[in-house]
Order: sequence, then C-alpha cells, then structure tokens
Amino acid sequence: MLRTGLIAKKLGMTRLFMDDGRQIPVTVLSLENLQVVGTRSADDHGYTAVQLGAGNAKVKRVNKAQRGMFSKAGVEPKRKVVEFRVAPENTITVGEEITANHYFEGQFVDVSGTSIGKGFAGAMKRHNFGGLRATHGVSISHRSHGSTGQCQDPGKVFKGKKMAGHMGAARVTTQNLQVVKTDPERGLIMVKGAVPGSKGGWVTLKDAVKKPTPENVIYPAGLKSLDDEAKRLAEEAAAEAAAAEEAAAKAAAEAEQAALEEAEADLAADDAVKSQAPEGGDNNEN
Amino acid sequence: MDVIAQIDAEQIAQLGKTIPDFKAGDTIRVGYKVTEGTRTRVQNYEGVCIARKNGVGIAGSFTVRKISFGEGVERVFPLYSTNIDEITVIRRGKVRRSKLYYLRARRGKSARIAEVSNYKPRKQPEA
Repeated sequence: MLRTGLIAKKLGMTRLFMDDGRQIPVTVLSLENLQVVGTRSADDHGYTAVQLGAGNAKVKRVNKAQRGMFSKAGVEPKRKVVEFRVAPENTITVGEEITANHYFEGQFVDVSGTSIGKGFAGAMKRHNFGGLRATHGVSISHRSHGSTGQCQDPGKVFKGKKMAGHMGAARVTTQNLQVVKTDPERGLIMVKGAVPGSKGGWVTLKDAVKKPTPENVIYPAGLKSLDDEAKRLAEEAAAEAAAAEEAAAKAAAEAEQAALEEAEADLAADDAVKSQAPEGGDNNEN
Repeated sequence: MDVIAQIDAEQIAQLGKTIPDFKAGDTIRVGYKVTEGTRTRVQNYEGVCIARKNGVGIAGSFTVRKISFGEGVERVFPLYSTNIDEITVIRRGKVRRSKLYYLRARRGKSARIAEVSNYKPRKQPEA
C-alpha cells in the first residue's frame, strides 16, 4: 500500500549520544507547514497522487496560475510543491497538515534531494580515476584521464565514456536511512547519516523501497487532524478516568463517612447503654 | 538560536556532564567505562592532553597521549561521550601551542612540560 512521502528542509547535521555509549551522526530535517495542496485521481487525471506543499512563499513572488491553485486549495502559498504517487485508498483531503509522526523511530526511509554542485570537474574527482604518474616522463597531465579508446577501428570514442564534465547539482537518492528520532512538536525528523544537498535545501522522504513495509506505519499519513483526534480522545479518556476515579473516591469517602457515622452511632449507643444504667440515657437514639 | 544549536544545547543539558577546564598540555585522567561481558567497570587512562578539537560543543573531542610500556599511545575521546565517567585534571602544563603534536617525536627529558604556577580558572561563559 503506497502511501505519501514528505517534503522536508535539510537543516544540517549533528550527533546524538546514546546511553550505551554509541554516538550516532544524524541529519536534522524539518517539516515546515507541510500541507496537502491538491490530489490527483484516476478518474480525472489517470493516476492517483497527493500534491504536498511546504515552506512559505511571499504572495507577490508566486505567479498568478499558482496563486489560483493555492487559493482554490485554501492554503497559504508554498515554497516547494511535490507530487507523491499513492494507492487510491491512501489519498488525503486537501488542506490536511502532515506531522513528523508520519515516520516512527527505527523506520527506514529513502531521501532524495539535489546534490551540491561541483561545476566542471576532472576525471579524478568525477569518476575516481587514478590520474597519471608524478614522474617517469609525465608532463603537465598528472590529473588527466589517459586513453579514451582504441585506434582507427572503431575510430570514435564510445558514448558514455567517463570523462571530465559537469558534476553534482543532480537528483540523488540515498536509500535505507534509519529514522533515529522524531519531534512532532517542532516538526523535526532525524535520520542517521548524510542526506543529499546543502543546508537549507529541500529533500523528499519516502518509505524505503528495499525494506518490507513495517506494520505500524500510519495510513493514510501522519496527519495533524489524526493527532488532534487522538489527543482529544486521550484527554477525554483521561477525563473520564479522572471522573471515574473521583466518583470512586467520593463513593469510598461516603462509605467511610457512613462507616464512621455508624461507628459513632454504635459508640454513642454503647455510651447510652452504659449511661442508661445509672441515669436513664440521653437522646442519641433518636 | 538555530534549531541545530538548540538541539545540541538540549542534549548537553540532558547529558548533564561537568567538564573541567583543561587544555592542551594538561595532564588528565579519564575514567572510561569498559563493559566486559555483562559487568561494567571504570578504567582510568592518564596522560597528557595534546589536542582539543571542535570547541566545547557536542562535537568537541580531545586527544590524550601517554607512554605505555615504552610505546606511545594516543586515544581520542569525545568530550560528551556517555562512556566517560569523569575527567580529572592532575597537572596544569605551560605550553605555547594548542596542538602538541611535536611530543610524538620526543621522548624523556625533551618531552617534559613545565607546570603552570599561577593557574587561574577561566570564567564560565554560560553560567
């Protein structure tokens, strides 16, 4: 059951110290106003997907078409909009907010982003070539790639030959990163290890495709409304429990009071019986 | 404060470690927790701190060098490692470098470090 992914902003890296002495390098990803801004259905578009938006965009920086789209969805203009394919039963209504509860601690995710651009890079940096020798007659070309093919036959350089060229600034996916910690209040997800892209860059998270889907993932997504509902229910349950406890306490108190009164009455009766003998008693029995 | 710094500060507060004021040149003793099978004990490692790296934050670390059975041994400890039981300063050294890597090439008399006679504790920045 394919469910939606998330859009997050990469804040940077830090480390977490565990109680057993391990330290884990983590990348901190933050969810910023992550909302559903649109849906795609099989009837209207030929496929099912949810369109998520994240971040804040100034209204004057958003073009008219997109402004229309956002106003129709009834959400603030978003900085980044991404579509995620989902199973038809996992579509989410427009306007719903998604929280960091979407992933649980220990789950594996795939993170995609745009890697840091390296510009025009040589073969050594781009393809890990070894370069040429430092001495033995090599001149000026210590970092070159060397031969690129054969001779008159085939008489050309094959397509896809690894050479110098543009490196980085491409979409990269890092698979099977473990979620170490989530913080729904601040909207933070910490994943173990590095994530493509620079600080402040947008990345997308999805359930890991190369791991079996865990049973306790939330369908259709970790929604704020679901959280609120759960919180409300928990509060209600707590209130009910408190009320029940109070009632029980009250009943107990009453019972105690009654017992006390009875005991007192008994005592008084005893007294009366005792005092009756010499004097004729008082009005306790009334 | 940005979120990363906030997380680091929270974690430092949560770990609740007291780290003494020490720098390169000081002789320190590190009580390091060692787990053997099921029981844990504290092993002391004593030597000269030859480097402090990456500041006083969560990423900070320090290197301790000692001569063990005639062989130089260096260990790098993360400042906030949960495996460190305690750090004690044994002797304050007077040095003119922040990294004492030159000690690696020296033995005996030339590897001595003079003691600071007028040590003043640094003012705690966040107290």
